[in-house]
Amino acid sequence: MLSSLLTSMPMDNDWISFDVVALGQNFWSATFDGLTFGSIYALVALGYTLVYGVLNLINFAHSEVFIIGCYAVFFTLSGLGFGPNAPHLSLASIVLNLLLALIIAMIASALTAFLVERVAYKPLRKRNAPRLVFLITAIGVSFTIQYIIRLIRGPNAEPAVTMFKPTPIFDVFGTIVDSQQLVIVVAAVIMMIATERFISKSRTGRGIRAVAQDPDTATLMGVNKERIIIITFVIGGILAGAAALFYVMKIPSGVQYTGGFVLGIKAFAAAVLGGIGNVRGALLGGLLLGLIGNYGQILLGNSQWTDVVAFVVLVLVLLVRPEGILGTSLGRSKA
Amino acid sequence: MSMTDGPTPLSSAKAAQSAANREGLSTAPGASIAGRKGKKPGSLGQRWNALSRQQQWSFLIIVVVLAYLLPVINPPILTTEPGNNFGLACFDMARFALIAVGLNVVIGYAGLLDLGYVAFFAVGAYVSAMLTSPDSAFLKIPYLWTIPVAMAVTMFFGVLLGIPTLRLRGDYLAIVTLGFGEIVRILATIIPAMKGQVGFQSVGHPPGTAADGNPIFTNSNGVPWYWLILTIIIIVLLLVGNLERSRVGRAWVAIREDEDAAEIMGVPTFKYKVWAFAIGASIGGLSGALFSGQVGFISNQRFDVYTSILFVAAVVLGGAGNKVGAIVGGALVSYIPLRFTAIAEYKYLIFGILLVLIMIFRSQGLFPARQKLLAYGRDAVNWMLKRDDGGTGAGTNRTAGTAQEKGAQA
Repeated sequence: MLSSLLTSMPMDNDWISFDVVALGQNFWSATFDGLTFGSIYALVALGYTLVYGVLNLINFAHSEVFIIGCYAVFFTLSGLGFGPNAPHLSLASIVLNLLLALIIAMIASALTAFLVERVAYKPLRKRNAPRLVFLITAIGVSFTIQYIIRLIRGPNAEPAVTMFKPTPIFDVFGTIVDSQQLVIVVAAVIMMIATERFISKSRTGRGIRAVAQDPDTATLMGVNKERIIIITFVIGGILAGAAALFYVMKIPSGVQYTGGFVLGIKAFAAAVLGGIGNVRGALLGGLLLGLIGNYGQILLGNSQWTDVVAFVVLVLVLLVRPEGILGTSLGRSKA
Repeated sequence: MSMTDGPTPLSSAKAAQSAANREGLSTAPGASIAGRKGKKPGSLGQRWNALSRQQQWSFLIIVVVLAYLLPVINPPILTTEPGNNFGLACFDMARFALIAVGLNVVIGYAGLLDLGYVAFFAVGAYVSAMLTSPDSAFLKIPYLWTIPVAMAVTMFFGVLLGIPTLRLRGDYLAIVTLGFGEIVRILATIIPAMKGQVGFQSVGHPPGTAADGNPIFTNSNGVPWYWLILTIIIIVLLLVGNLERSRVGRAWVAIREDEDAAEIMGVPTFKYKVWAFAIGASIGGLSGALFSGQVGFISNQRFDVYTSILFVAAVVLGGAGNKVGAIVGGALVSYIPLRFTAIAEYKYLIFGILLVLIMIFRSQGLFPARQKLLAYGRDAVNWMLKRDDGGTGAGTNRTAGTAQEKGAQA
């Protein structure tokens, strides 16, 4: 029966084809775009990585922390009168508007992360609940926030808001790098470096690493564990807020209640790829995943392949090198 | 890390019930009986275990008969009409119950969080649809044959997904399965042979015609399908119940309670985790195949990841690790939106909030899992009790022994 089943299979292999020519032609633009998306993944991935490092928990609700930031950006910008078409503004006013949206998004996301921690995870921690209970709570919170958003804003995506038209800045290998890509990548990398510095140099950062290494000993040494956990969540939230602004800049019509979910899976895959719990790993993993996803999408000729490629990468990484490229420990990163 | 060393997934340390159970396991039987009597006389589980074997069986038979008669009686308060046809509602409840029984093997017994269970359900449904629907280019086989094929294919996918992820800690499994759930839906859109939104019309159904010459199994009449799925649930329950009490079941519980300890004691944890995952997947495929036959139309719109979370909510609501709980949880998750159509629109929100609330306040669910799995069941417990008391006072000991059996009955 099996052989007849196989022979009767439709033998058209049209659904998957490798368009190497297209990839060759668009290689550099795919690279720059991939780095842009990668920076966004990296910022979100950092939130997963920090919480995972400290609590050993996949914070599924982090994707909702991110999407709340997106809504904050959307409301801020539409409140400022931006619409689908970018107005002509001076550089100074663009920068001011961007900063305002950035700060509001960061506050909204950080507040969400804080509330999720207090409302959902703290009672569980107090009770010393097992791991599975944490995970189920996390997914429940994520689900709940998504449907609260849906209840309020409806199932459809919000109308697009754009602040400025990407203008070409310079040429690399015959491909134009525009202002938007440059702003996103540079800003994201600066934030990642700042976070890295904060964690490796500051007193609070040392506390975070201590709790990640050994929470009980850290408490005995005078580290306030609860405070460190809150700070970790808030840092993750702030970075997710920044990612949210860049995401809305990159995909103006992507503000939807399900928007965080798929991006969250990709960001988590990025964190695992770089080595979960590792701050530099999140940056590396995010950029790599952005590139791989974009190359895969062009190679396979359909934007929906990005998610499939990201997923396959996640599984392959887990199969071959589960600790990720740079290794997994937040606690063991150098002082 | 304090949260990693909690010994009992899905049971609150505060919960008197499961605490009492565990106590019974760890201390001498005589001592725990005293404690048990003082704590909670006449809880549902205890009353059940106080019955004799014959009483339990006759009660079960009554329940089963009532379950079969449910769509015929159509009890006035319980009925979902006029909003929804009660026969179809019964089928849907039974379908959710079967899914919950399958997912319960993964989450409840082995303690693995599978957030993409809908993917296995979808694979089963697609296998059944593609092998029977005139819309597909595949070989056609009779509908009933697609059920084992669907189970085999989903089991294969379960193993395929399980091997890379189950070697690692459980939380990776959660995210990989979540991704898998989404990927199956995307692939159904991208791959032309799976027909995306167009889907497959007139999926096959079991043979047989009624007296008037019309087929028994139709898309509009849920009652025969309900009886079919109910029969399958009973068979699956018997099989899963046996597994639970076997070496495999004990290995699962050991893994759930403490994977490291299980590994050290010589339990091949990876092997048994793959087992649990594959068995759970195949039950998901089974229910998918039945769903596809009943509905008769399958497209990629029917399998979003959000449904997966409803499945998890069903297991958790009923009580992970408890078969009865899984059935009740599954039926409730399906029944509530069908019965109270006013809130049907908000079902995801309601069950999402419920999921969080259950986890925070009563993580063991409606029916807590029994912690103790003695291979020889109540006989072993009776034997232990008799030995403990040196054979004296057999009359009083009999009642005490039956109270103790609660934990022994898995």
